[in-house]
Amino acid sequence: MNPLLAAPAAIAQPTPHELALSGSWTARGIGAIEPQLAALSAPAKPELVVDGARIEALDTAGAWVLQKLLRRLRDEGTAVQVRDLRPGFATLLEIVGREVAGRTGAPIPVSGAPSSMLEGLGQGAEAAFKQAVALLSFIGESAIAFAGCIAHPSRFRWRPILYNIRSAGFDALPIVGLLSFLLGIVVAYQGADQLRRYGANIFVADLVGLSMLREFAPLIVALIVAGRSGSAYAAQIGTMSVTEEIDAMRTLGIAPLDLLVLPKILALLVALPLLTVFADVLGVFGGMIMAHAQLDVGYGEFLDRFVKAVSPTAFLIGICKAPVFAAIIAVVGCFQGFRTRGGADSVGRHTTLSVVQATFLVIVADALFSIAFSALGL
Amino acid sequence: MQSTTRDESVIEISQVSTRFGDHVVHSGIDLEVRRAEIFALIGGSGSGKSTLLREMILLQRPDSGSIRVLGADLQALGDDEAVALRRRWGVMFQHGGLFGALTVTENVGLPLREHTGLADGLIDEIAAWKLSMTGLEPEVGAQYPSELSGGMMKRASLARALALDPELLFLDEPTAGLDPDSAGGVDQLVRGLRDLFGLTIVMITHDLDLLWQVADRVAVLGEGRVQGIGSMSELSRMDNPAIRKFFGGPRGRAAQEQEQQQAGARSSGEPGRPPSKPK
Repeated sequence: MNPLLAAPAAIAQPTPHELALSGSWTARGIGAIEPQLAALSAPAKPELVVDGARIEALDTAGAWVLQKLLRRLRDEGTAVQVRDLRPGFATLLEIVGREVAGRTGAPIPVSGAPSSMLEGLGQGAEAAFKQAVALLSFIGESAIAFAGCIAHPSRFRWRPILYNIRSAGFDALPIVGLLSFLLGIVVAYQGADQLRRYGANIFVADLVGLSMLREFAPLIVALIVAGRSGSAYAAQIGTMSVTEEIDAMRTLGIAPLDLLVLPKILALLVALPLLTVFADVLGVFGGMIMAHAQLDVGYGEFLDRFVKAVSPTAFLIGICKAPVFAAIIAVVGCFQGFRTRGGADSVGRHTTLSVVQATFLVIVADALFSIAFSALGL
Repeated sequence: MQSTTRDESVIEISQVSTRFGDHVVHSGIDLEVRRAEIFALIGGSGSGKSTLLREMILLQRPDSGSIRVLGADLQALGDDEAVALRRRWGVMFQHGGLFGALTVTENVGLPLREHTGLADGLIDEIAAWKLSMTGLEPEVGAQYPSELSGGMMKRASLARALALDPELLFLDEPTAGLDPDSAGGVDQLVRGLRDLFGLTIVMITHDLDLLWQVADRVAVLGEGRVQGIGSMSELSRMDNPAIRKFFGGPRGRAAQEQEQQQAGARSSGEPGRPPSKPK
């Protein structure tokens, strides 16, 4: 029997006390007649004969629907009799009948009703608060683990630190270089029009130099690393906790924080400032090329002006942001990894969260830096 | 509910060979599974049981040879025919293969929701019934797979495999990792399904009790070939060393003795098992 060719289930009422069933009463065949069944009512005369001779196929879903119909009619006070069913179908109908009978009054548990807006707001706030507390305690645990490693330097795991410096730092050089180069070009290009209008072409060196070194280079590096490495940390640790690898590590007497978290934080603390320097160089180089092309500022002139306009303080301000961003990215990534529970779905959700939260916190930190530096008059 | 005879073959495998690179997994396997029988595949680790199962359920293609399942040649199958064929069998994976993002009831109802036009309420009812058929409590339905124990996960996976009333059921290690009580429940469940619905069941298992109590015929795979095929008592009389090792150990002997005792009890006691619901 090809299920694709089977006729759908049908029900007819040739006389008021006779129901003729035909077609295939299977999960695929009964979809169309469900409303018809619901509309069926018992005849005035309290007797009904159900003729099943022309049922071609019956499966558990079909038998379930049929039994529910029979039960309803019987509950309404009709004496229902089924006849001419094939023997196999009759057995199935009987088995299902026992199940339907046993099921009455056993409601399927329904998940709680949708909460009101206020309730949702409260739950959201509570969850956010709990998460913030958990993040703080994670930072505390990591700090204690770090202090322990300082006290016993043999606990430092150099190999993973070096590996992470390579994967998060060295391997990111091409993308960081390309993007900061393009960013330098964009800044110079946007400024060129305004500067030319005032004949202040040479000040493009101030514009590019200060904006890249103070703001853009550390920020673009942090965003790239959050997307590249922070998400990878969350996914790696998350998958490990789903597959019980973290638990295995604990039972083997290896502290997961020592092996998984500290190397990542330390590696980013080293890699991010270095990447920022690299981004500084490429960004200024991009601006220099644009200045030459758009504003006729020669390379020598540009560099002369650059040295005068940009103090080492501007450079150091940019560099000193990088370790803070690094700590944010690594801690948030690892934290979200450890919060993963359940399955693949949860890994995906926490990986997304790690990138969103790291990006958010990096920008908030950058804003706080700006306020602090302007208060200090830097 | 098919009105066909029992001798009809549901799966025919002839001269199947599979290689992974230089590693030969199968070199000319011939097998036949008949309708409404419980067929077990056994063999040591790496003997290609799982690969053969994956080839039967269209997850992998053999390098040569032909496999016919439910009358369709798997090598010459179009996309639409493959979809239609897949609806006619159910697969229970070793680790469940339940979708973590859905509750257990949603997992079981998914095939119905995907392939039929039934109303949501009815689908949930049928799903709840299939769950109880596999011996799970109704409360389990609202839980997520990650909250279940290993045994419950297998039962839920079986309920999902049964959702569309398959004619053919594939079980990969149905009792691995279960406590003896749950494993005993699986014995009864598998036999009950065959008796009630006339299902053909193909399973991979190392559970000697399950093999002795439930399987009608057993094929032993080894060195890329079928080393022996027959009922457990027939296999236990064969001299092939690849087969002997399944019967030689203390566990093999214990299961064999238990079966002999129970066979004696069965022949003197009740004639047939009542068709009661499993569990």
